[in-house]
Amino acid sequence: MSSINDNLFGLHTQALDLWQRRSEVLASNLANADTPGYLARDVDFKKALASASGQSDSLPLTITQAGQINPQAQGTQQLAYRVPSQPSMDGNTVDAQAEQASFAANGVHYQASLSFITAQIHMLRTAITGGQ
Amino acid sequence: MSMFKIFDVAGSGMAAQSLRLNTVASNLANADSVSSTPEGAYRAKEPLFAAVQRAMGGTGNADGDSAVGVQVKGVTESQADVQARYEPGNPMADGDGYVYGSNVNPIDELVNMISASRSYQNNVEAMNTTKQLMLKTLDLGK
Repeated sequence: MSSINDNLFGLHTQALDLWQRRSEVLASNLANADTPGYLARDVDFKKALASASGQSDSLPLTITQAGQINPQAQGTQQLAYRVPSQPSMDGNTVDAQAEQASFAANGVHYQASLSFITAQIHMLRTAITGGQ
Repeated sequence: MSMFKIFDVAGSGMAAQSLRLNTVASNLANADSVSSTPEGAYRAKEPLFAAVQRAMGGTGNADGDSAVGVQVKGVTESQADVQARYEPGNPMADGDGYVYGSNVNPIDELVNMISASRSYQNNVEAMNTTKQLMLKTLDLGK
């Protein structure tokens, strides 16, 4: 089933997963907008998608023994810290407006990935029913 | 579905901000409270926030630390000086005729109130957007 998924939906399933993780990170930034010393983070989407689809330049880690952490599941390695646009006295680097804008854009991207997948499902259904 | 974590994170943020609003209300209500000793005078309460790294909402899996909630470490009291006022007619006055007011700064409290209310709204918006996205995901393929 996974090979059908991969062929049919292409990158969109991985992209959906990454958008979801990014919305989690941005929600954490928004929640910690008033926490002293909190450093805002974000996902490097291009790198994360490249490594999720196996097209990364870096050599991926493999699992040689049972019980090792799956490096593919560990999306946190693509997390980077934001460069603050203006300093604050409590060491917090969250810019609530920027985070809100990113969160909104992220939601639209998520919906775009969803509609790509929906379109593929429709196509598959048309092929199965012969367009009836 | 790990999107449920956003509800935990935004929920912890909302809880922290509502506690901040609570302390603001308490400080503003007691801005004019007086006491007969400097020690007994009302001191402005301030919440202390910290980011909490534990995996929100369940299993401590490897990608758990992308979701970071807010924890209220405690409520501290402002160390600013309390003001002594000479009011010999006040029944709370001490032997020299002084009463000790609170060290609440109403301007600070109002600023805190606006900031807390905006942060609360941000968390509500994040929650709403997440809810809509989850509902759209449930409709996938229809």
